Amino acid sequence: MRVRGALILLVAALFALSLAVGPAGMAALWDRTGPMPLILWEIRLPRAVLALVIGAGLGLAGAAMQGFLRNPLAEPGILGVSGMAALGAVLTIHLGLATALPLALPLAALTGAVIGVGLILGLAGPRGGSVTLILAGIAISALSGALTALVLNLAPNPWAANDIVFWMMGSLADRSWVHVALAVPFIAVGGAVLLIQGRALDALTLGEDAAQSLGVRMPRLRLALVLGTAAVVGAGVAVAGAIGFIGLVVPHLLRPLAGHRPGALLPLAALGGAALLLAADVAVRVILPSGDLKLGVLTALVGSPLFLHLIWQMRRGRV
Amino acid sequence: MGIAVVIGATGFAGADPVAEAPSRVVSINLCTDQLALLIAVPGQIAALSELAFDASYGVDVPPGVGMTLGQAEDVHAMAPDLVLAGTFSGGAAVAMLERLGHRVERFAPEVTLDDIRANIRRMGDVLEQPARAAALVAEFDAGLRALQDGGRRPRAALWFANGYAPGPATLAGQILEAAGFANVAVEAGIDANGFLSLEQLVLLAPEVIVTGQPYPGASRAEDILRHPVIAALNGVAVAPVTDRDWVCGTPTVLRAVAGLVAIRRGLAP
Repeated sequence: MRVRGALILLVAALFALSLAVGPAGMAALWDRTGPMPLILWEIRLPRAVLALVIGAGLGLAGAAMQGFLRNPLAEPGILGVSGMAALGAVLTIHLGLATALPLALPLAALTGAVIGVGLILGLAGPRGGSVTLILAGIAISALSGALTALVLNLAPNPWAANDIVFWMMGSLADRSWVHVALAVPFIAVGGAVLLIQGRALDALTLGEDAAQSLGVRMPRLRLALVLGTAAVVGAGVAVAGAIGFIGLVVPHLLRPLAGHRPGALLPLAALGGAALLLAADVAVRVILPSGDLKLGVLTALVGSPLFLHLIWQMRRGRV
Repeated sequence: MGIAVVIGATGFAGADPVAEAPSRVVSINLCTDQLALLIAVPGQIAALSELAFDASYGVDVPPGVGMTLGQAEDVHAMAPDLVLAGTFSGGAAVAMLERLGHRVERFAPEVTLDDIRANIRRMGDVLEQPARAAALVAEFDAGLRALQDGGRRPRAALWFANGYAPGPATLAGQILEAAGFANVAVEAGIDANGFLSLEQLVLLAPEVIVTGQPYPGASRAEDILRHPVIAALNGVAVAPVTDRDWVCGTPTVLRAVAGLVAIRRGLAP
């Protein structure tokens, strides 16, 4: 409970900081004159809300996948789930569906993510051996990345090829309430579905047979995991691009604080994910105020060393 | 293309003998395409780049002119006596053509209105049509003078996909200045190529936001132009302009200047 309280305070502080950072300075927080209210309400607030919600979703999805596969390397970005979501989003945008029907964008990203998670769970099998899991992830990431780049290169719009870096690295720059409205409902529902799997994931640590004897229905758990993860990742990617490593870093850091119980880790990972993405989004604006440094640059800088560390530990049989 | 027609009519009689001038000119860059078309006499140009044939750039290609992909192989096969290229395009193709012994003239992109005059004169020299080039410069200057009226200089932002905001040391910035606007990018410390975030733009509160026409299809880069906060800004005019008049530093930029002058005259005095 103490950990949770501390994380809530951290998230609140970072949320406030996110509202305070920008070229217009801190004054946007209290100045009620000129363009300042617009800057706070129309530019900074939707951005902070998206960072909070998408970060929470990614942390939660990472923790849930790791709990289900019983493997600390499982993460939507590394396993290509985010890449598949981006492919779905890019396809709807460039087929013109997203303009005709705005909801098509998150739905298509969600569909891409469902295919991604489905492929991963199918290929890795119920036990989720690390090598199979990572190899499947590499293949799916490469395929989705290549197809995304292909679609964007074939698009008639000369700026589309420019967008490749957005879809692969992610950014929250200049997103609006329109994007909040598109993404948040899906992430809320998907997140709730994942959160209530806590007890089943705890039971699963004893092994599949033991979990089943405790009343966990495996097919149902798998379905909930696939749909919950896909909704959370798909909606996030649809508006912010594929932001990697959050689902890897956050559960890894918080697992000891949750007593290594996957169920207890879920809410903590959501809070930690929100904190990490808010912090990363503040950092990109401080490092490059007028440009659009991609979030994935920062999360990968933090995440890849940790990933290497995890692999090193696995080799020595500590995980 | 009004200018081209006028020059074509007046300059033709006094043209230098085509016998000495290059007679199989191949241009592999959209901007040298346009400049060459304005200055060359009929029959001098053998081929132009692919983009010149793209209707969206509005280049009026005379019949009998071929198309090149701008690759060393197809240019060489045309046996040109002069190849026109831009300094930043087709680097490998240009190097290969020079190795194969072709005469290649490279034109730097025009950044100021003076660069436009200089490139017109240079094109006149390499095509050996200096009189036509001089007439075109005079025509350009007269057109520019006619558009300048010394009124109030409203503050305007040039703001394109990804928040690209060219400063005064760019062709777009010069067009904006020639049309009688003050570029707000200067206030943000941008001299040449810069970017304004949405927040900076709102803070600068320009009277007019000059922006590009959206291209067909969609892109995340252009999303920024449709952000709701732009519509929420009070009293800010958003003026989409046609990119093709801004791309190349040729006398066609007068069309871009004229378009902006019309917008300025529509503002409150």
